[in-house]
Amino acid sequence: MGTGAVLPEMRVRRQTRFAAVGLFLLLTGTGVLIALEENLLKVFLLRNYNTRLVVLSTTLLGISSGMVGSFLLLRRRSLMGDALSHATLPGIALAFMGLVALGGVGKELGWLLGGAALSGLLGVVAVTLICRLPRMKEDTAMGIVLSVFYGAGVALLGLIQEMPGAGAAGLETFIYGKTASLVGSDFQILWLITGGVVLVSAAFYKEFKILCFDEAFAASTGWPVRRLDLLLLGLVTAVTVAGLQAVGLILIIALLVIPPAAARMWTSRLYRMLILSGLIGGMSGWIGATLSALLSKLPAGAVIVLVASGFFLFSLFLGTERGILVRLLRHLSLKRRVERQNLLRAFYEVLEQRAGGRSPEAFVSWQELLARRSWSPRLLYRIARRALEAELIEEMDRSGLLLSPEGLAAAAKVTRNHRLWELYLIEHADIAPNHVDRDADFVEHVLGERLTRHLEQSLPDILRTGAPAVPGSPHGL
Amino acid sequence: MRGADFGPEERAEHSLEAPLSIHDLTVAYQRKPVLWDVDLEIPEGRLAGVVGPNGAGKSTLLKACLDLVPRASGEVMVYGRPYRAERQRVSYVPQRESVDWDFPVTVLDVVAMGTYAELGWLRPVNRRMRERAMEALEKVRLGDLADRQISELSGGQQQRTFLARALAQKADIYLMDEPFAAVDAATERAIVEILKDLRNAGKTCLVVHHDLSTVTQYFDHVVLLNMRVVAAGATADCFTEENLRRTYGGQLTVFAEAANALRKGVR
Repeated sequence: MGTGAVLPEMRVRRQTRFAAVGLFLLLTGTGVLIALEENLLKVFLLRNYNTRLVVLSTTLLGISSGMVGSFLLLRRRSLMGDALSHATLPGIALAFMGLVALGGVGKELGWLLGGAALSGLLGVVAVTLICRLPRMKEDTAMGIVLSVFYGAGVALLGLIQEMPGAGAAGLETFIYGKTASLVGSDFQILWLITGGVVLVSAAFYKEFKILCFDEAFAASTGWPVRRLDLLLLGLVTAVTVAGLQAVGLILIIALLVIPPAAARMWTSRLYRMLILSGLIGGMSGWIGATLSALLSKLPAGAVIVLVASGFFLFSLFLGTERGILVRLLRHLSLKRRVERQNLLRAFYEVLEQRAGGRSPEAFVSWQELLARRSWSPRLLYRIARRALEAELIEEMDRSGLLLSPEGLAAAAKVTRNHRLWELYLIEHADIAPNHVDRDADFVEHVLGERLTRHLEQSLPDILRTGAPAVPGSPHGL
Repeated sequence: MRGADFGPEERAEHSLEAPLSIHDLTVAYQRKPVLWDVDLEIPEGRLAGVVGPNGAGKSTLLKACLDLVPRASGEVMVYGRPYRAERQRVSYVPQRESVDWDFPVTVLDVVAMGTYAELGWLRPVNRRMRERAMEALEKVRLGDLADRQISELSGGQQQRTFLARALAQKADIYLMDEPFAAVDAATERAIVEILKDLRNAGKTCLVVHHDLSTVTQYFDHVVLLNMRVVAAGATADCFTEENLRRTYGGQLTVFAEAANALRKGVR
């Protein structure tokens, strides 16, 4: 049906608009509510210098992790990010001990993050090496690496506590994250890392796309997939390391997984997913850090993750591509269409048998229709009532139903599609004729106008009379 | 759409060397050999089928040619030069199930991946390459579906998308892993047409195939494989009952089917 094919698309487009407006309202609404109080306004407009730096950092962190996380998710390596982040802890501790031993202060962010990156990458290498051992699955390897590295890190932290004069109290902030511990030059390091990650992942868009979709094909055309994989993991390491202080190594995985998973609910185009994931990550970082600045008891990392999961829940239900609501609507609309077409075809077949399809009186009794298919009187009535609303049926009463002229035309068309499909299957797909009906029942409802025309062309001798003719059924009715 | 699509400028330049020759190829997965001392030469302009029982190493043969699995020994020459040097002349059509068809890309996006290598690092897909991808898509008659998300494709359409991606590469040699697996009859016919067009344009195809009953119909060259090459050469000479028995050995049901297919082919 012409309208039937257009309707679902229009509905989806309308849903997109509704959802976008909803998202906008939700966000501005929250913003306005909070901004009502003046000191809240102060925070939101970032009047406080340090808050401004923190919020900027977490926003950048969210954008970069959202983008890199998209590739990681599509490469099905999300948990590698978790193993990696836990594996950073011993590196931090060792770097600290090294600095102290060399007579330094110990808490120099650049060095600590360098140590974190090194031991994180070492963890990744360990995972891949363990995977190569016979009978070792990736999840086993990641479990081993994650726990062993993290355990080693905790033990080293214990040792550091024992060290005389070591200002080690700050190191646990790397585990749970604490934005307040960020100072001065720290910010520049974070901006450099996260900004770099955003640029690199955008620049290597094409390469990561082919790597994530079809590694074997990529390799066969000469792309160095090992090195690309390493680059991707390098970016993940960079994001992880940058997020250590703000979000903490336990929760950073959330920023790598949740934004892309939420973005996927809205789109099936990679670049849109990447942008949206970056946006969701960025907004989570921004809103989360701001809220945590308002309520100083709440650690920023946890709030950021909670905000991100809010976005995820919202997307899960209302996402226009794979959201639960859209899926339900789609299923319902398909079901209605199938039911309506079944009704029309049953109608047509009754009329056809009665008078060769030429009967001007398109009136059929309930009994005749009920005998056609295995539907209950109640279901049939419901379907008929909907057809009445769609003006396919002109009148209905206790005795039966009268098709409208539009209904008759639609019934002829539906039946024709069905018959064409049956013929196509018989002639082209080598299926025994008595097996056809069931398949045709299903496929008919997805048959578009174009395919119908194509079928007509492939069946010229049966359809000599042109478009609206309905060929006879190839099997007994 | 027959023949005319592959113009003279795309014709492979004449070469004295065979498009694909494999010497002493041995592949082992964790000490268990999969391919033993494979020596194979595919002449130019042939449509060659690779048949053999399950686990005979058919897919591995393709993957070893493409450097996708480590070789224990042996070398692969493309037009007389090492594969690595002539990689861009070889195109690969992996098994359809090897990728996630839920991936967020369009049909045209996938086909355009065939042009990535030529584009090189960091350069985005330009209009020329998009047009080339579109052309390839038209050849497999999926032009209307260019903007569809790939999860909406049927199995046969997925297979044709992969084929289009390989066509967009404009290679001279096509290695295909079971392109006819679980596709409908119409798609199978469409793919065979394209393969024959490729052959007629002087390209060389090596196709892993599982349906013995269509071997004589589709392929002019055949490789019977069971860890070793049992026989290879023109289908008329090599696709014999004796060779099939040596390939399929004790697998009686398969052998019966093969013998049956052979009789049908002779007829």
